[in-house]
Amino acid sequence: MHSATLKEKVSLLSMALATEARRPLTFMEVCGTHTMAIARHGIKSLLPENVSIVSGPGCPVCVTSAGDIERAISLGDTPGVIVATFGDMIKVPGEERTLGSAANVKVIYSPLDALELARSTPDKQVVLLGIGFETTAPLMAAAILQAHREGLSNFTVLSMHKVVPPALQLLLSDPTSRLSGFILPGHVSAITGRIYYDFLKDSRVSSVVAGFEPLDIMESLYLLVKACMAGDSRPINNYPRIVREEGNPKAMGTMFQVFEPCDASWRGIGTIPASGLAIRSEYKDFDAVRRFDLAEREVPEPAGCLCGAILMGKALPDQCRHFGKTCTPSFPVGPCMVSTEGTCAAWFKYNL
Amino acid sequence: MNITMNHGAGGRVMHDFIQKSVVGHLGNDLLTRMDDAAVLDLPAGSRLALTTDSYVVHPLFFPGGDIGRLAVCGTVNDLSTAGADPLYLTLAFILEEGFPLADLDRILASIAATAREAGVRIVTGDTKVVERGKGDGIFINTAGVGAIPAGVDLSTHNARPGDVILVSGPMGNHEVALFAVREKLPFSTSIESDATPLNHLVQRLLATTPEIRAIKDPTRGGVASALWEICEHSGVAVTVDEESLPVDKEVRGVCELVGFDPLYLANEGKLVVVCGPEAEGPLLEVMGPGAARIATVYRGPAALTMETAIGGRRRLSMLESVQLPRIC
Ligand code: SF4
Repeated sequence: MHSATLKEKVSLLSMALATEARRPLTFMEVCGTHTMAIARHGIKSLLPENVSIVSGPGCPVCVTSAGDIERAISLGDTPGVIVATFGDMIKVPGEERTLGSAANVKVIYSPLDALELARSTPDKQVVLLGIGFETTAPLMAAAILQAHREGLSNFTVLSMHKVVPPALQLLLSDPTSRLSGFILPGHVSAITGRIYYDFLKDSRVSSVVAGFEPLDIMESLYLLVKACMAGDSRPINNYPRIVREEGNPKAMGTMFQVFEPCDASWRGIGTIPASGLAIRSEYKDFDAVRRFDLAEREVPEPAGCLCGAILMGKALPDQCRHFGKTCTPSFPVGPCMVSTEGTCAAWFKYNL
Repeated sequence: MNITMNHGAGGRVMHDFIQKSVVGHLGNDLLTRMDDAAVLDLPAGSRLALTTDSYVVHPLFFPGGDIGRLAVCGTVNDLSTAGADPLYLTLAFILEEGFPLADLDRILASIAATAREAGVRIVTGDTKVVERGKGDGIFINTAGVGAIPAGVDLSTHNARPGDVILVSGPMGNHEVALFAVREKLPFSTSIESDATPLNHLVQRLLATTPEIRAIKDPTRGGVASALWEICEHSGVAVTVDEESLPVDKEVRGVCELVGFDPLYLANEGKLVVVCGPEAEGPLLEVMGPGAARIATVYRGPAALTMETAIGGRRRLSMLESVQLPRIC
């Protein structure tokens, strides 16, 4: 018997979705990898007109506040300090310049690279920029624990980590929001587990944890449409091959051993209570904020940049007057254009 | 032994170096005359194609090639895409004081071998030496002259609705091979650069059919950028079929790991060919295994669209900036 090809399966799902969706539905994904996968596979072109997907605050680089970028830049210009960071960060504009223009910045691929850098340059202070959500935070925590075991005295982390639930709650608390559902992040959920999202049970939206293959995404969208039509707001796990109900308790344990919740400033959105991760006082020796006595910085957004509204799913990139004109991936104005996972960058690159 | 300022000073050291190393490797009737200018014969009735390129690659030696092979292939291939039969090359070095002579010798041997492979002669050249710290070991410039036979008219302005676009083999090997050695990837790959002179292949393709509209060699910016150029110059819409794109398994693996898109990666031994639909079969056969039809040309306005493997559609944009490894 002929087994359906990928294209045929997707086409079937696309038709089923169109049949089920009997009213306009707007879904939000909150993960940069989903933003990219949806754009790269052309998934929006397979949805009926009344179903749309917007991107939320899921790109770790994009949600990092300009003030935090400024703190990182000032560290990069401090003699005797090396700032170690993932590549995407170096192009994000702070107030006037980017981190890449600072004197001592090294691009790393894993937190372990930063530990190695600290070991091999004992006369320098290595500051690792901690960005990302529940996926990367445990890795940073593990690096701090390792540094603690080794007694490394020249390694610190500038934690700008964020957690997902408070952002989702903020989005839901907005009375003007027309969101019908969330596509929940696969990687983050592998760490947190599905039950992490049970607070959504009492909300007015449906949600589904989705993987990143095109079929995963199409299937998840179909499940989401069905749940919306049935008024069912229990979070669905449609990525069980990776995501368990309780997630990865060990990684979560490591994360909360080192970090504790704190208020955090999200770029273009503002401060969201308990949405960040600060280094606990037991590990204060590895906290760059304490080591270098870094003050909070308030930095205004670039004039005209709509990243804040875009990250909240309230504006689309082509509504911004800079988009594609004064703001392109080569000359980005705002963070959503800088990160390869940013909504504006994805839109610029892939949108028809 | 290393390069000294004397190697570029015009005196005995330079003379001996050129005689022994350069002419030793590259000697031919025209170069050996050592006149200030080479005087060239050209086939009667043909038009002339002229191109130049400078080579600044790092590292100098990489799996599948080296800067010397690249310096010949790049210029030969640029001539070939115009439908020209490459005949003569110039060769100019800017060397940094202290550059190892053994490395230079290796590069010259590679230039000689590649020129032989392509059937071109190096007919004149130049050597300059800059002080230590003022260069990066070695820079090479080559210029080339080729003859375009009567009746051949290739141009990216020539694509028409109904045409198809072929690529002569898997994409991205050159850039990924260089990336892998430069970034010292934590795993070993057997990926090699595809640096190859393409003039013989181009001549075979041209002999197969008169229905070839344009040929591009998708170097920096990759196949996507070549397709963009065709769209814009010809004012046509091009739809790429994602499923058909040829990429070696190992190259795809590295791309997935670091977030590269093979469509944007540089090649040094591949062709993008626009042709009439009837020419597809015969041309693919000449190109051999690995070649594929990747796109179809439609009426304008100029637009480049991808039909994705799952049947979706999206825009395929021009390369914006250097591809950076993704962060999570
Ligand atoms: S296009 Fe640029 S300036 Fe406009 S919202 Fe996006 S990132 Fe900001």
